[in-house]
Amino acid sequence: MTKNIVLAQGNGGEENGELISKIFYKHFKNEILEKSEDAAIIDGGRLAFTTDSFTVSPIFFDGGDIGKLSICGTCNDLAMMGAKPTYMTCAVIVEEGFSVEELEKIVRSMKKELEKNDAAIVCGDTKVVPRGSVDKIFINTTGVGVVQKSGISSNSVNEEDVIIVSNEIGKHGATIFANREGMEFSSNLQSDCTSLWPLVEKLLSEGIAITAMRDATRGGVAAVLNEWAKQSKVCIEVNEEAIPVSEDVRGICEILGFEAYNLANEGTFVLAVKRSDAERAVEVLKTFEEGSKASIIASVTHQYDGRVLLLSPWGSKRFMDLPTGELLPRIC
Amino acid sequence: MSSLELKDLYDGFRNPDVIKSFQKLIVAEAEKLDRTVNIMEVCGGHTHTIMKYGLTQLLPENINFIHGPGCPVCIMPKERIDHAYTLAMQEDVILLTLGDMIKVPGSHGSLQDARAKGADVRYVYSPMDALKVAEENPTKKVIFFAIGFETTTPMTAALLDVVIKRDIKNIFFHINHVTVPEVMKELIDSRDEHVNSYDHRIDAFIGPSHVSVISGSKIYAVFPEYYRIPVVVSGFEPVDVMEAIYMMIKQFNEGRSDLEIQYKRLVTHEGNLKAQALIEKYFEKVDLFKWRGMGNVPNSALKLREEYAPFDAEVIYKSILPYDEIDDHKLCICGDILRGFAKPQQCSVFGTACKPSSPLGSCMVSSEGACAAYYKYGNLI
Repeated sequence: MTKNIVLAQGNGGEENGELISKIFYKHFKNEILEKSEDAAIIDGGRLAFTTDSFTVSPIFFDGGDIGKLSICGTCNDLAMMGAKPTYMTCAVIVEEGFSVEELEKIVRSMKKELEKNDAAIVCGDTKVVPRGSVDKIFINTTGVGVVQKSGISSNSVNEEDVIIVSNEIGKHGATIFANREGMEFSSNLQSDCTSLWPLVEKLLSEGIAITAMRDATRGGVAAVLNEWAKQSKVCIEVNEEAIPVSEDVRGICEILGFEAYNLANEGTFVLAVKRSDAERAVEVLKTFEEGSKASIIASVTHQYDGRVLLLSPWGSKRFMDLPTGELLPRIC
Repeated sequence: MSSLELKDLYDGFRNPDVIKSFQKLIVAEAEKLDRTVNIMEVCGGHTHTIMKYGLTQLLPENINFIHGPGCPVCIMPKERIDHAYTLAMQEDVILLTLGDMIKVPGSHGSLQDARAKGADVRYVYSPMDALKVAEENPTKKVIFFAIGFETTTPMTAALLDVVIKRDIKNIFFHINHVTVPEVMKELIDSRDEHVNSYDHRIDAFIGPSHVSVISGSKIYAVFPEYYRIPVVVSGFEPVDVMEAIYMMIKQFNEGRSDLEIQYKRLVTHEGNLKAQALIEKYFEKVDLFKWRGMGNVPNSALKLREEYAPFDAEVIYKSILPYDEIDDHKLCICGDILRGFAKPQQCSVFGTACKPSSPLGSCMVSSEGACAAYYKYGNLI
């Protein structure tokens, strides 16, 4: 590892993983933490508990803002453990000189998103720091959720499962990139930033047998699948043609040399579902606008345990790897 | 640019049916070959296409790829990265460069390490972005660490052109532009120190289309004419590369060694004369330039002409730049890989001591290097 922290260590990929395991896991090591799930399961399996900090730049982007993101991000992590978001905290660090009007706009978006999750902020903290100490505004939220369905875990993906993505991938990462770089490719491109609990609630109430769920944030779908392949000691074989990618995202990837499956999402998740329930799960997802492009993209085998394979439509194979290096600006 | 136009750029060129059709044509043509044909794709972009789309898996066993030295980030020697690092660490300097260059380690670390220590290092998509950075930072010296082959050189020249015309006082250049044909000649003519041989195994070259969009296909004429080695100038989509391979195998079966253009969409024999004139105006050849993994290659790089010395960071900062020679890593066999004597997996440090996050040799440095492409995508056949 390098002597000083480099930006690549926050990429959600290989370097990020190394930093977390060599510094934080080393010192904080305990059984719950080491499960390495989206949210910790505590209180004998009754509650899910998680935290996230938001530093996105620009703070207002097509399809959302840092406020909306700060609620979606944390609530989605709870939802991915089958837990209904309930109580939350909110800590804000604001830079001297920041516009009060913009601050209120951000807080209003937070409120709107809280309502969608039927959750409440019940305590918080505010710090104002001298100009230059932070970039405009950073927000941390912590959330507690009540587990509705236990046993959902990224450690138990198996050959009985197929892999589904809930919608077109890469929209948040592509939008932030286009907004930051002032690229105007298309008026349609928007972040997918959204709260996923309503979708998860419906899947659970329909009795879909979900093995694992994860929202594909930093590092994108590739990071989720690689983590699952490693944690569950399986091989995930992805049918490249089946991955839903919008034309706008494809265009940005083409110009900038990215892969859509490495780009961040903030309202799109990956599910491992029992094969027999897969078609039904896709149908349920498609009843939501946020799940209208849901699609089965992969099967689970033991061909190369711990790796993700990408199968091309002309019959060749390659690994779908974790993103490395510093590809993207701050995206969440 | 609308997304529809973007789509038009690649859509048909990744068509599975077309790729499979070319596969059949190649297999039929390759059956007539009486030996294995070793094709070097000179450019790292082609290496990337071949590995990413798994094209080697579609080809018969008697067609072999040798992955060439055409990745400007990979071949940048540590000496030059140390220059960039030293410049970046100057207090009043903003160092600009292109993408991948930022993570390549020199002897003190990479440019991203320099940034972590407080240096102002930024990456740009176009050299023209330097104009905005310079305007926003009038008290800083903006140094563009220019890298790349014939494809990026005209943009550097165009930036210098604007800097001179607008009399901009705070943009400077550190030039590391290299040229393709000279290193191809070097691969054929030079002695490989590892195996102590002048031999090489290159039977044919696939030339990169974007280089020839600027320089024309004429720059490769020497290979079929003098060395009797065929060259096909090819585009970067999988259909392009498959067609180029087919054209190549046909040449062998017909006993020809010709210079052919597969990428007729934009490549002509003469190339872009305006861009060539711009390069000629501002640049001249360097006698010797060191390539990581290859050593010194004569006439293979460019520098600013003497009259533009006031813009040349290498001249202005001469007294502080390090000039010590740094040897390539002893265990690295990039030289053998580039000449076709070894595949990445045959290297003793491949994937262990040498990885994309900590590369020892040139081929592992950027995703366009042969070793990095093998590491990233695996070689499943």
